[in-house]
Amino acid sequence: MIPAPARLSAWDLAAVGLAGLRARRGRAVLSALGVAIGIASMISVLGISAVSSAGLQEQLARVGTNVLTVAPGHSILGGQASLPLESVARVSHVPGVVGATAIAYMNGATARRTNLIDSAVTNGVGVAAARLDLLATLKGTVRSGTFLNAATARYPAVVLGTYAADRFGIDRPGRQIFVAGRWMTVIGILDPLPLAPDLDATALVGWPYAEKELGFDGHPTIVYERSTADRVTTIAKVLAATANPEHPDQVQVSRPSDALTAELAARAAFNGLFLGLGAVALLVGGIGIANVMVISVLERRQEIGLRRSLGATRGQIRLQFVVEAVVLSLCGGVTGTIVGLAASLLFAFAQGWPLALPAQVITLGVTAAVLVGIVSGLYPARRAAALTPTEALATG
Amino acid sequence: MSVIELERASKTYPGGLQALRDVTLTIGQGELVAICGPSGSGKSTMLHLMGTLDRPSEGRVRLLGHDMATLSDRRLSAVRAHWIGFVFQQFFLTPHLTAVDNVATRLLYLGVPARRRAAAAREALERVGLGNRLTHRPHELSGGERQRVAIARALVARPVVLLADEPTGNLDTAAGAGIFDILWKLHEEGTTVVVITHNTDLAEAVPRRVDLLDGRLQ
Repeated sequence: MIPAPARLSAWDLAAVGLAGLRARRGRAVLSALGVAIGIASMISVLGISAVSSAGLQEQLARVGTNVLTVAPGHSILGGQASLPLESVARVSHVPGVVGATAIAYMNGATARRTNLIDSAVTNGVGVAAARLDLLATLKGTVRSGTFLNAATARYPAVVLGTYAADRFGIDRPGRQIFVAGRWMTVIGILDPLPLAPDLDATALVGWPYAEKELGFDGHPTIVYERSTADRVTTIAKVLAATANPEHPDQVQVSRPSDALTAELAARAAFNGLFLGLGAVALLVGGIGIANVMVISVLERRQEIGLRRSLGATRGQIRLQFVVEAVVLSLCGGVTGTIVGLAASLLFAFAQGWPLALPAQVITLGVTAAVLVGIVSGLYPARRAAALTPTEALATG
Repeated sequence: MSVIELERASKTYPGGLQALRDVTLTIGQGELVAICGPSGSGKSTMLHLMGTLDRPSEGRVRLLGHDMATLSDRRLSAVRAHWIGFVFQQFFLTPHLTAVDNVATRLLYLGVPARRRAAAAREALERVGLGNRLTHRPHELSGGERQRVAIARALVARPVVLLADEPTGNLDTAAGAGIFDILWKLHEEGTTVVVITHNTDLAEAVPRRVDLLDGRLQ
């Protein structure tokens, strides 16, 4: 009877592939490196994006999307309009509104670390009077010290936004700084306010103190309103007319959480770009592997001839080289996945954001590596299999 | 019973070189045959045809009575795995594998499970007198020892014929004599052996000698 060719077990195939790589370690490591870089960049892009959008979503969930702001627009003559005195009270009576508060910028007032600093050097920090319920409505928190209360709001006390505190180099309350031409005591520093990022660069003083001592006329600059979630769109329609019934056209109503939502969308767009770059790196890595395998086939003609004389079929030779390429690529892929995940973890840790690493990302990395290995191994493997035994043995 | 039959076999390579012309030859079970002839006389081509590494341009090659021309490349591979044992002048051992692993590689393509391969390889190495060199790598072995590893690799699959292409071509006289002793021993044990050689002593001693010149039998 004519014998039939034997099937190689998966285990034997893997062993043959590995043996081929072990004989040329340095080259194997270098060519796997190309794939590792490609996979690592793709995984870290996906991982960092997952972590950061989870972070943003958490922020959104914490501060809520049910806050609307009312700010004066420009009057017909182009001047800066202001809101009527009673706008806060009117807004708070709209059905569905659970809280309304306001701030008012002190035009021309500056906040400086000391009176020795030129008044033109404001560091971008503004001065505003704040209502006591500002923090509650914006769901803001105090990093250190306290917010204004009924007592401190009557005295030269100031609360700094997080950016303002950084610019002044102040990390705890107690210091005196020079605000609106007089010394005031810092009583608190705020955490970032995602819904009112402008306030991060603002020094907040008490409303009654501003009226009494700083010549403030009591007209709010921005009114913040929080409502029940289902009423947000309805309220948005009536808010302009409510806050300024005489000139509703001079009022701008906006939803600050839209900025965060837009940021989420923008990140998705950027991710596409970076993923594309990662894919290019992966492609280059795959070409590197194909290159190394082509050279390997040229160098190993005798081995191929020997294996054919020992009874290996063309298919088995082809499979051997594809397996080698896949093992090579997989080594790179696993390394790249680990590096990419480590980068995402580091990023999450540095930002203090929650870990959100979807399992699909890992599967994707490994699958991509295997695919790259198969594709880049096919051509060299076909060349190896195409050699006749005598051709292969005749070399060298 | 005939093991190998060449019937009016010719081989013409692309480019017109006629390496083998109209050779008819039958080799029976248990024979030891020496193929002699100057370089370029077609010895290796004939051995390749016998071992199904190549197909004749004209004529027939039969192994154990089966016409090889009708077989696919896949089937020919299986024929080599089961029936043929090759020994080459250049040994063709894998450098980073031990003697046992080099021999065991042969059994891979017979579908022998990994755990039985090593045992069979050790046994074959003992048959050629290398029982004390099992875990040595090729560079730790002398030329004669390397060729004996290659013979063990050919034997381990219990082929119906051993085809040796100038097995002593790269060896000194003493090592070459050792290789011939082994081939004699295998012949006496009943293995069919075909060996290409320039060694006149062996060629004189073997029971059957085939001379080639310009691709023709003399």
